[in-house]
Amino acid sequence: MIIYGVAILAFCHLAGLIVGRLLGAAMGIDANIGGVGFAMLLLIFITGWLRAHGQLPEQSKNGILFWSAMYIPIVIAMASIQNVAAAVSGGVVAVVTGIAANIACLLLVPVLSRIGGVEPPLPATEGEKV
Amino acid sequence: MEIAHDILVKNGLVFAFLFVGLILWLSYRASDLLSRGRIHGSAIAIIVGLVFAWAGGAATGGSKGLSDVTLFSGLAIMGGAMLRDFAIVSTAFGVDLKEIKRAGISGVLALIFGVVVSFVVGALVALAFGYTDPVSLTTIGGGAATYIVGPVTGTALGASSEVVALSVAAGLVKSVLVMVGTPWVAPLIGLNNPKSAMVFGGLMGTTSGVAGGLAATDKRLVPYGAMTATFYTGLGCLLGPSLIYLVIKTMFAI
Repeated sequence: MIIYGVAILAFCHLAGLIVGRLLGAAMGIDANIGGVGFAMLLLIFITGWLRAHGQLPEQSKNGILFWSAMYIPIVIAMASIQNVAAAVSGGVVAVVTGIAANIACLLLVPVLSRIGGVEPPLPATEGEKV
Repeated sequence: MEIAHDILVKNGLVFAFLFVGLILWLSYRASDLLSRGRIHGSAIAIIVGLVFAWAGGAATGGSKGLSDVTLFSGLAIMGGAMLRDFAIVSTAFGVDLKEIKRAGISGVLALIFGVVVSFVVGALVALAFGYTDPVSLTTIGGGAATYIVGPVTGTALGASSEVVALSVAAGLVKSVLVMVGTPWVAPLIGLNNPKSAMVFGGLMGTTSGVAGGLAATDKRLVPYGAMTATFYTGLGCLLGPSLIYLVIKTMFAI
């Protein structure tokens, strides 16, 4: 059933966020450290285990894949609720800070990516649609 | 008209699905017609979303973009942290764990560099604009990390509300720039494989920026970038008010 896939996803999401929160609390800060990341790892492990044991039927998979396919639409909705007005009216200092931090970090991407060897690009896809 | 408005408001989330569907459809049409598909449809859609966010914020004076307009309040659910994180987690399905392990060291280094470099750059810009006290410098540096690290750092250190607001604005500028700019700079910085995506996520750190920027570049990179970015804000909140503040304070005590 599709709901099984959605439920597995929901379990991973919640368990990951709880772990991230606990990690934050253990370090004495009021923030979630890596919750989504832990949730992702959990999903990889759980679905991997289920698949290896033949316990992940197509329908359950679809429950997860649906949300994966909804990712871009959700990101569009996310873009539309950003506080862009505040970013625009933040003044010169805010704009310069944002741009400078961006450029500095972008320049480091190729440098750090080279550690341990350069990876080949992902294969091209034929006009992938959402 | 009033009845229709009433129905749309009461079914806000459903209307958000329709609204976003229309934006995407128009964006993909525009991508095909105007750029022959060279500019990714989702990149256009994100820019359209941001323009709407600006218009909504400018019209209402609120802080949640278009969703502050009652008719579009459902966007706050669809694009809020809950469903965003849910969808991000779902993209991990089918990810190869070997890829993540292989990029492990680069990813961790990227996180540390990302946080530290952002603080340093932010503090330097603040210094150039005449701020000299360590608390303000650190807070604005935090804003250069993300719009959450800035206020968390500022509140912990007791920065003035003006400086905290400035750090939030700086973080928002960064986040918006990452969303819009990533597809354009991706070819220049080799952002086309899982490893560089993990490095990218760790360096940029803003979850919404990375989520939007990678979605517009290549959706297959999303889980890798999101994986590292998710540790960034926590790390920034951890280091900002403690280690980084102490270093900045010591430098200015000399």
